[in-house]
Amino acid sequence: MISLDWRMPRWFHQMGSPKWFYAWGGRLQPWFALAALTLLGGGMIWGLAFAPADYQQGNSFRIMYVHVPAAILSQSIFVSMAIAGAIGIIWKMKVAFMVARSCIAIGATFTAIALLTGAIWGKPTWGTYWVWDARLTSTLVLLFLYAGVMALNQAISERQTAGKATAILALVGTINIPIIKYSVEWWNTLHQSSSFSLTAKPTMPAEMYAPLLLTVLGSYCLFALLVLMRTRTQILQTQSQAKWLTQHPDIEGV
Amino acid sequence: MMGFMLTIIRRDLLLIARQPAELINPLVFFVLVVALFPLGVSPEASILSQTAAGVIWVAAMLATLLSLELLFKLDHEDGSLEQLLLAPYPSWSLVLAKVMVHWLVSGLPLVLLSPLIASMLFLPSQALPSLMLSLLVGTPTLSLLGAIGAALVTGVRGGGMLLTLLILPLYVPVIIFGAASVAAGAQGLPIDGYMALLGAMLVFALMITPWAASAALKL
Repeated sequence: MISLDWRMPRWFHQMGSPKWFYAWGGRLQPWFALAALTLLGGGMIWGLAFAPADYQQGNSFRIMYVHVPAAILSQSIFVSMAIAGAIGIIWKMKVAFMVARSCIAIGATFTAIALLTGAIWGKPTWGTYWVWDARLTSTLVLLFLYAGVMALNQAISERQTAGKATAILALVGTINIPIIKYSVEWWNTLHQSSSFSLTAKPTMPAEMYAPLLLTVLGSYCLFALLVLMRTRTQILQTQSQAKWLTQHPDIEGV
Repeated sequence: MMGFMLTIIRRDLLLIARQPAELINPLVFFVLVVALFPLGVSPEASILSQTAAGVIWVAAMLATLLSLELLFKLDHEDGSLEQLLLAPYPSWSLVLAKVMVHWLVSGLPLVLLSPLIASMLFLPSQALPSLMLSLLVGTPTLSLLGAIGAALVTGVRGGGMLLTLLILPLYVPVIIFGAASVAAGAQGLPIDGYMALLGAMLVFALMITPWAASAALKL
């Protein structure tokens, strides 16, 4: 018999308690805000104003500092949403469903930004706003998937049921993520393959790569900040009668 | 458990036999949607034969979606779904039996009807085997993936529109490879690769649907 006596660490279960999540989220929030502001602000100014212009694309390549982080985040957020949903189903955690719910609108926004900036960049570079290229199409499908998840989440009024239904749909929809990620490698179409990776050696000069790295990391921090804020708001909405909240120092006197 | 599944299949087929409109309506819809394209786009044979594959696949997809809404709805409304889920059999067997019936009454007739539609749209006759084969492998995938959506929207108000919104994005790979295989067949190119991919999608859908749909039914 193989012994399966492993358990999740204590903090994992404590995070499942709205009270703990609210408190810890409140403590982490300012740090994520600071990191997002520094990294995004620094990366954007560096990338947009000081990084050297591309020898082929001129200055139009600079939209990459918005486009690439948004595109990366659009996929990461969908996966995060599915993972949070799975945690909610497996460990029956209400907070995990709230986190998944918080992810939907943020992810949809990043996907829309990625599509929009891509279109703006595509016009001068490819000569067209839109092509039915594998990566563009699969990103559009991702936006539709977000729309479906959002519609399902809002159609079911009971929050626990809505959370579970959303989680199932998100898990099924995750199939699309590897298709988007590898579309540029499987189908050799117009969209260039990825030239950005955290682990591999960068294929672009350091003065161009470093600001991109900053904006990508900054976007992750922004995402974390937004999820914390939205989840804590949901905790306030659903737990408004709970004793710990009515006696909370932040709430007193309101 | 086999007995349980057979009982469900027999019961649902009988229910449909007593209400043949449910079987016929999606088929009429399928033919109707296809008939709109020559009127809307162009009746030219050269244009139609090029678009035929995509039109047939889109119409098949919409017809499948239309009939999917009722997959669990009627049983949910009269309360028998609850009893079936309480039965001492795994709920995925219920899902599989329901999907099988759905495919028998919506997918299979589409496959059988497709030669007629194809000739209406001037699809080259050498593309016919690839059209029928791709529909034969692809429509069960549509029924399976659609069952997840049907289970999720069971008991939700305005479920039909929502179902479309949830499921169409998941259908995208099926339509891409389904229509591409017909286009390849029309040019006399080998279609094995497309069929293998469609088959892989079917196996994958067969893997996730019983789990996801039965989890959604128990919400």
